[in-house]
Amino acid sequence: MELDFGPAVRDFRDELRDWLADHLVGEFAEHRGVGGPTDGAAWDVRLAWDRELSAGNWLGVGWPKEYGGRGLGLLEEIVFEYEYARANAPYRATVNAIDLLGPMLLKMGSETQKKRFLPPILAVEELWGQGFSEPGAGSDLASVRTRAERDGDDWVINGQKVWTSFGMHADWLYVLTRTDPDSQRHKGLTMLLVPTDQPGVDIRPIRNLAGQDEFAEVFLSDARTGADMVVGEAGQGWRTAMGTLGIERGTTLLPQQLTFEREAEALIDLARERGALDDPMLRRRIVDAWISVRIMRTTNMRTIAELTAGRAPGAQATTAKLYASTRHQQLGHLAMELAGPAGQIVGEDYGLDTRQRSFLLSLAETIYGGSSEIQRNIIGEQVLGLPKEPRP
Amino acid sequence: MDLTFSEEQDELRKVVRSFLTKYSSEADVRRLAADPRGYDPGAWRRMAAEIGLQGLAVPEEYGGSGFSYIDLGIVFEEAGRALLCGPYFATVALAAETLLRCDDEQARRDLLPGIASGETIATLALTEDGGRWDEPGIRLTALETAGRWQLTGVKTYVIDGHVADLLLVAARTPSGISLFAVEADAPGLTRALLPTLDQTRRQARVEFTDTPARLLGGEGEAWPVLERTLATASVLLAAEQVGGAAAALDAAVEYAKIRVQYGRPIGSFQGIKHKCADMLVEIESARSAAYGGLWALDAGDESEIAVSAALAQAFCSEAYVLVAGDNIQVHGGIGFTWEHPAHLYFKRAKSSEVLLGTPSYHRELLAARLGI
Repeated sequence: MELDFGPAVRDFRDELRDWLADHLVGEFAEHRGVGGPTDGAAWDVRLAWDRELSAGNWLGVGWPKEYGGRGLGLLEEIVFEYEYARANAPYRATVNAIDLLGPMLLKMGSETQKKRFLPPILAVEELWGQGFSEPGAGSDLASVRTRAERDGDDWVINGQKVWTSFGMHADWLYVLTRTDPDSQRHKGLTMLLVPTDQPGVDIRPIRNLAGQDEFAEVFLSDARTGADMVVGEAGQGWRTAMGTLGIERGTTLLPQQLTFEREAEALIDLARERGALDDPMLRRRIVDAWISVRIMRTTNMRTIAELTAGRAPGAQATTAKLYASTRHQQLGHLAMELAGPAGQIVGEDYGLDTRQRSFLLSLAETIYGGSSEIQRNIIGEQVLGLPKEPRP
Repeated sequence: MDLTFSEEQDELRKVVRSFLTKYSSEADVRRLAADPRGYDPGAWRRMAAEIGLQGLAVPEEYGGSGFSYIDLGIVFEEAGRALLCGPYFATVALAAETLLRCDDEQARRDLLPGIASGETIATLALTEDGGRWDEPGIRLTALETAGRWQLTGVKTYVIDGHVADLLLVAARTPSGISLFAVEADAPGLTRALLPTLDQTRRQARVEFTDTPARLLGGEGEAWPVLERTLATASVLLAAEQVGGAAAALDAAVEYAKIRVQYGRPIGSFQGIKHKCADMLVEIESARSAAYGGLWALDAGDESEIAVSAALAQAFCSEAYVLVAGDNIQVHGGIGFTWEHPAHLYFKRAKSSEVLLGTPSYHRELLAARLGI
């Protein structure tokens, strides 16, 4: 199904389509569909592709012009993501900085910070990593223990962060620290911007279950950053962190959506090839997989329609991630079953084909960005208004 | 592309909800569940006269208001939420839709204004003893003698067939499936109310013996009309199922907030909280399935309508059953009683699940339409 976002954005869409047709060629075209939120494959090619996009001024479509963006609206951002996914262009290496850090700085950062940090993000000159989770603070993020103390004009940071996606490539980190040692939970936290090129920052890759060095652990030992590197107010780090998390912009799930649709089509082709469509049990599961991706699409379209109409997104914006992640895993299990014994054979150096990689990486989708259990708490408490668990 | 509701549509929802709060309260539902007619003629008349629901989506030239399917979907969602008892689904989703689809302008002019005004209760008599909604399931025969058609045979599981003034009957003629209109007082027609597990939606068995009937559209040309009608009805039923499921979740959540065990509201336990969250995931997904169908109907894209209608029934039927069942589970013992309304929703969910064919049947329809 082709989506048409209306006459107002048709010129924008056509400009983008033409640009992609001209530039998504050669090595970039050979890497169509490569990469993902937890997939660091072909990093150098993807980085070059991000620079190509940057040269065409396609990064930060919705960011203000003064920081290098195009200054366009939400609808254009959505059209960009849709057309981008439709062209199956490589997954952008700058997604984390542009989707998470950028909006945080735009909303909470000082003018100096915006001028200093936003243009290099769009120019793909500085890459960013997120320093939120810790070994002892996963779903319970408010229990972070990484300490930051003032020392003259500097903050001195000690602690450990983990699950930093593509952390080995990061030039800077945005780090949630505890600046008030006597504080509890959400209080006394501060968001700091920390350069990685210093002795006090040690970043080590962690190999994920697909065999990729995709995320990292970060050791901070007397790492330093300037006093002016606080985002928002000192002591208000929780507010800074939460201010941009969980804002459903309708753009996040769209690229993933088209990938899932391609996988569902591939699943049907595979089933046809294997003669599995005659098996009523498999047939049922195949139809259900198709139903799932179609429902995800309509759910996304509902959210997009609400946002572009200036309405508050409905409950589906909160339930979409739980549904999509769970159903995508089911789709992966089915694809692996249909692939049979041949699907169990990998290439040299644990080289995975598209199906194997997507299946294995789908296991992260119910964990990152708030695990399914946390999603259920959020739905239960924030959407349905059920009482919180009493703290012991 | 507009996949959200307008302010006018929000207003329509409010009007319908407030009407149904007044005329389809739990007390009304229980009273009508025990009433042989299964509906309240006074409320039916007011529904037409005060807010015009019977003619909402009937084009203005036939006495209706010409609203969209999304508007109509809002009404069905609210009807499902309120467990509205009565021949609304049969009259609007089945009969009016059949007339709109069949190639018979005269019949539309003759029959639709009565439906739109609330004077005529109508239904579609398609299923027979086999309970099948497909073409081979239609066995009742029509014979033409001297330019007059007569029907002989049995239709059963006819929704609200016991109170319908007008029955649209699918019958087999020498050239295939044809559609006929039969008045309730036609000679040779007898009908009997079937006692149903779900007492909020009635079914009847209708027998025809040389019953005179009016041919609608071309002889042998009715199956595509019926197939298309069933697609629309599938989407509208899905909207009704979404409304019912949402009401069941609301009840579960309200109870989970006030019911205290082990010194705290049971909704604070993840065992209950996460169940309720999963119920909402099902409902919002079902909502997407149903709304996708409504949007396709308004866009008029035939292949998209065929696909999204089958999808809507395959998904929403099971979602409603699951949520209505979980609502009983959250309520515990009290949810298992006759006096608590949870079973009314559960039984409506179960009857709706098979009303236009089972979820398995709709999955097969979907597979065929997708070329799987």
